[in-house]
Amino acid sequence: MTDAPAPAARPRRLDVRDLHAWYGESHVVHGATFHVDRGEIVTLLGRNGAGKTTTMRALAGVVRTRKGSAHLDGHDLLATPPHRVARTGLGYVPEERGIFASLSVAENLLLPPVVRPGGVSLAEIHALFPNLKGRDRTQGTRLSGGEQQMLAIARVLRTGADFILLDEPTEGLAPVIVEEIAHALGALKARGLTILLVEQNIRFALAAADRHYVVEQGRVVDEFDNTTLRTDRARIDAYLGV
Amino acid sequence: MLSVPLVVLLGQVVLGLINGAFYAVLSLGLAIIFGMLNVINFAHGAFYMLGAFVCWLLLTHVGLGYWPALVVVPLVVGAVGVVVERVFLSRLAGIDHLYGLLFTFGLALALEGGFIFVFGAAGNPYPVPDALRGIVRLGPLILPLYRFWVITASIIVCLAVWLLIEKTRLGALLRAATENPRLVTAFGVNVPLLVTLTYGACVGLAGFAGVLAAPIYQVSPTMGSNLIIIVFAVVVIGGLGSIGGSIVTGLALGVIEGLTKVFYPAGSTIVIFLVMVLVLMLRPAGLFGRET
Repeated sequence: MTDAPAPAARPRRLDVRDLHAWYGESHVVHGATFHVDRGEIVTLLGRNGAGKTTTMRALAGVVRTRKGSAHLDGHDLLATPPHRVARTGLGYVPEERGIFASLSVAENLLLPPVVRPGGVSLAEIHALFPNLKGRDRTQGTRLSGGEQQMLAIARVLRTGADFILLDEPTEGLAPVIVEEIAHALGALKARGLTILLVEQNIRFALAAADRHYVVEQGRVVDEFDNTTLRTDRARIDAYLGV
Repeated sequence: MLSVPLVVLLGQVVLGLINGAFYAVLSLGLAIIFGMLNVINFAHGAFYMLGAFVCWLLLTHVGLGYWPALVVVPLVVGAVGVVVERVFLSRLAGIDHLYGLLFTFGLALALEGGFIFVFGAAGNPYPVPDALRGIVRLGPLILPLYRFWVITASIIVCLAVWLLIEKTRLGALLRAATENPRLVTAFGVNVPLLVTLTYGACVGLAGFAGVLAAPIYQVSPTMGSNLIIIVFAVVVIGGLGSIGGSIVTGLALGVIEGLTKVFYPAGSTIVIFLVMVLVLMLRPAGLFGRET
């Protein structure tokens, strides 16, 4: 992993300030503040129930009860109608992957409308995730968990989205698949995509991302760069309770 | 079995297919609406009746004949459906199914009552269009041409809708929005608009069935409520939300009903409900439904 250029050189893409979000009656996100700059891969680390997934859903417009501010390239995400969020270039890969059972692999892949030019072509997608090749007619949910994850990522790449929300892509997957996904994230970063990642797997986070925020009880409580994460494992382990 | 002449048997099969064609077109729309809106559309029969009435009114007041009506009526009924969805049903989305059911049931009663008030309960005849008068011979069978046309047109429309849903991109969007509307919205699709148009299209389909029915049955305010209970049984037997299932089940049950008329006429009005009881006992999700 190469060192990131000086922060001033990177324009800010996502700017989240004092974000609150509610899941039904329960107040889950309590004033999260963080940012992601162009070309970065940033993780939200934290225990189960810390509010990471709800933060992602609030940004994608899936959770609608929100307060505070969240801007992507200057677009006010909280004021954008839910079906227009994708047009800001935001691609959402949900934790549960969201592969449609009544759609084939090809239909799943082609489902999200193209939102801007410059999306990843089908040929590139098949090069990135060879497992998806030749599976067009398979029912989406008949793929293995890892393949479904690849399909969920590929699906938003094709639309031209260049800011990807990736919620726990490695959850429950075999190490060899995790490696493939880490490799794919590297390739996407090289294309200039910006990624906000929710992770519990520190090894994966360290290999894939540039910076890390720790989320606890719906707030961002600490920030690490890769060097600190490597040298000061005790500090992060204390947060995650490993 | 041997005591029944083949021609009589075949004749009842064909008559059964005609009823089955109406069951298929109506239950198809009901199944799609249930999948997309989670609404049990009790007003479906009323929209079918509305279709027949608009067809009759166009002929008697505007002089617009059968063929233009076949296009105009579904559009008119569909437009009424769009308004109903926008103004009422969309406000009931996300709350208990029961509210949608109560609303559409009330709407059906109001439409039926309104038409009885204005036009009376008696039926109004609608002439068979000239081009469809006469008979067709299918082997030993002699069949009025119009009835042959109803079967053909219904099957073509059902197949077209099935192809649209199963094989096109629009169909993929509908299926995906049925499964997970929030995610499809997050992908940039205006799902509420899709839902409105789907409701309008399915209700328009019921209006189309109403036009097909006008020359066969009397155009009367109660023609929808007579049919809708059977159509609901068809949807339950086929499996709620299964589109192909509702088409096949609709046609098959029409035939079963027709055959029952040959062997045990008194049983023909209850046979569909007996099948429903059996299916619910053996396969609660319906013949084509996904077990959950």
